[in-house]
Amino acid sequence: MVEANVQDINADGEALEMMVNMGPQHPSTHGVFRMQLWLDGEKVNRVVPHIGYLHRGSEKLCEGEQYHQVITLFDRLDYISNFNNELVFCRAVEKIMGLEVPERAEYVRVILCELNRVASHLLFVGTFGLDIGAMTPVMLTFRGRERAQALFEAISGARMMHNYFRVGGIKEDLPDNFETMVREVLDLLREDAEEADRLLTYNEVFIARSKGVGVIDADTAMEYGLTGPCLRGCGISYDVRVAEPYSVYDRFDFDVPVGLDGDCWDRYYVRIQEIYQSLSIIEQALRQMSPGPISAMGRRLIRPPKGDVYVRSENPRGEIGVYLVSDGSDKPYRVKVRPPSFCNLSALEELLKNTWVADAVVILGSLDIVLGEVDR
Amino acid sequence: MPDRFDLPVDIGLIALGLLILFTALSVVVLSLTWLERKFLGRLQRRLGPTRTGPMGLLQPVADALKLVLKEDLIPAWADRTVFWVAPLIVLVPSFMIWVTIPAANNLVLRNLDMGLFYIVAFSVVTILGLVLAGWGSANKYGTLGGLRSAAQLISYEIPVIMVVISVAMLAQSLDLREISNFQYPGVQSSPQESGFTNIPYAVIMPLGLVIFLIAGLAELGRTPFDIYFAESEIVGGPFVEYSGAHWSVFFLAEYMNTFAIAALTALLFLGGWHGPFLPDWIWFLIKAYFVVLLIFWVRGTFPRLRIDQLMAFAWQVMVPLSFVNIVIVAIYLFYGWPWWAASLLSLACTMVIGYLVYKHMSRPAARVAEVYRRQQQANLKRKLEVGGR
Repeated sequence: MVEANVQDINADGEALEMMVNMGPQHPSTHGVFRMQLWLDGEKVNRVVPHIGYLHRGSEKLCEGEQYHQVITLFDRLDYISNFNNELVFCRAVEKIMGLEVPERAEYVRVILCELNRVASHLLFVGTFGLDIGAMTPVMLTFRGRERAQALFEAISGARMMHNYFRVGGIKEDLPDNFETMVREVLDLLREDAEEADRLLTYNEVFIARSKGVGVIDADTAMEYGLTGPCLRGCGISYDVRVAEPYSVYDRFDFDVPVGLDGDCWDRYYVRIQEIYQSLSIIEQALRQMSPGPISAMGRRLIRPPKGDVYVRSENPRGEIGVYLVSDGSDKPYRVKVRPPSFCNLSALEELLKNTWVADAVVILGSLDIVLGEVDR
Repeated sequence: MPDRFDLPVDIGLIALGLLILFTALSVVVLSLTWLERKFLGRLQRRLGPTRTGPMGLLQPVADALKLVLKEDLIPAWADRTVFWVAPLIVLVPSFMIWVTIPAANNLVLRNLDMGLFYIVAFSVVTILGLVLAGWGSANKYGTLGGLRSAAQLISYEIPVIMVVISVAMLAQSLDLREISNFQYPGVQSSPQESGFTNIPYAVIMPLGLVIFLIAGLAELGRTPFDIYFAESEIVGGPFVEYSGAHWSVFFLAEYMNTFAIAALTALLFLGGWHGPFLPDWIWFLIKAYFVVLLIFWVRGTFPRLRIDQLMAFAWQVMVPLSFVNIVIVAIYLFYGWPWWAASLLSLACTMVIGYLVYKHMSRPAARVAEVYRRQQQANLKRKLEVGGR
């Protein structure tokens, strides 16, 4: 795969290609991702992505922990959308145990997951702007994201690694002023998103940099296993929340935004529109929510029956899947995660063929990877 | 110039003048860094610096102290001579052009008849320093950045020179003092016969002003043209290996250049230091700082172009437009039109070209948004129909 002996200069002293290491210490690789680029002037000839700098053996660690301890490990996979990760693992265990989660817990989960989706997409909008060179959107969107994080802290006690969802429900009931808090934050989040939207989306330079860059057609995208906004940007309306509704997602009325051309701008646009859709889902959930029990688990010790199960759900970055094998003990026998970032990243080599150096950063940014999830 | 050349006295006077100029410029640079932080902060709904002195006014001092006290690293593989000399090659021309930029009628170190030519000629030398800095630091990002800077700055030098030529055509002079005197009534009668030309050249040729500002942004390497030190791509370009005092020299030169472009805009287009009521030099500062704020505003708003788009914009839009500008000025001068005719023609040109560029750039995205909007409407209609049934 990697040709080790590529020379910068051939026998006649003519420059061939310049190899440039982008990352793992580079401001725009979103973590410790490393791209090895072979450049011909400003053009990228080839790229070899290197991952694994953040490998912590999460899947193996899961096998040594009890079920409720595994949730904390899932927090640390995609550390930008923790609630969504917790949800997918909890759902896997609930499915293998045949647990029916109380309605209130489902609504709380949906609200928190959607808020997390908004926070995650806001982060994307800001950092994508930074990748392209706009310095203002990141200030606006980070403020919105911080507001969401502060709300999470008020509810779960932690800004990022919440450990709030439990198998069969949630850890504890919400604070009394939850609804007013969420409504307040909702308005502010909408304001922040609109502000960044107005500033960036139709900015001519922004369009020039992202439209028609990193184009991938729908068939190739599906072959690579792209999911989430990266796939919807190609015009395919596939969203696990709609295709295979889980939790209480079938009770809400929302659109699945899709792009047209499958380029960076469309992927960005899909995410911006998803923010508005998520905010509308949260509003509907707040209206439908009613008091009630918050957990179906009577006992603390979780011993699922023998068997295996695959559960998937829609993360902000795409479809996350968990394959869980239980041997009947209080620890999972095997946990396999299908992380959306990892699958989306697989298309990078294809996307970066014959692009410009500057586009490499933009395309990588538009895939919106989280290295904690890629390397696990 | 004095008639005889009294060597020790003259050299002493020149040195004193340069020292005063350098001090004044350093103060301006410090104020610019503070202004940029504060202004960008307000644009981004932040406060900007607040902890250092009242309203963060001492922030530039703190920055300067930090930079000077930092360790000055030189990469092991760097070409030491080139690495040391490059910042000076960038700084000296940036400083030298200030020798002939007047802040008021007599507030200039040495006014030259060929002032504009001198400024244009010297400002090109900066490119050499940037390329050397990139090459000398033995860093691939630095090399890329240095080569980018050469391509960018040389391309945008042409529209700048063309606009400067059109100003010289209007004023029939390269003397900056005369050029700004012609732009205010009752100071110095202009070379044209009709008495209506004693107005700021920005009114006569708005197209020239726009080209000068855009190309000036590119010359400075400020957003949206900050391609040669693009932080998110090539991590600072030529400056990537520089630290401490060496880096601060680049920084100083960059802000001196920023203020030089602002001052030139004020002198060439906005009527120089002339204005009612206030002293001359205050008017000069007001106009120059206004342009500087404009530059900061652009920085807070726009992303960065790609190198091919930048070059295409230079050669396909800016260069032809600057020729159009010259043609308009030439027609105006040759046929002795009233100034407002040239002004209207120039304005119309600016707006038409601006609109075309805007349409060309935003069309592909508008299409996608339109399709999505239609989809949403269709969904809504379907839901309403289902609900109605």
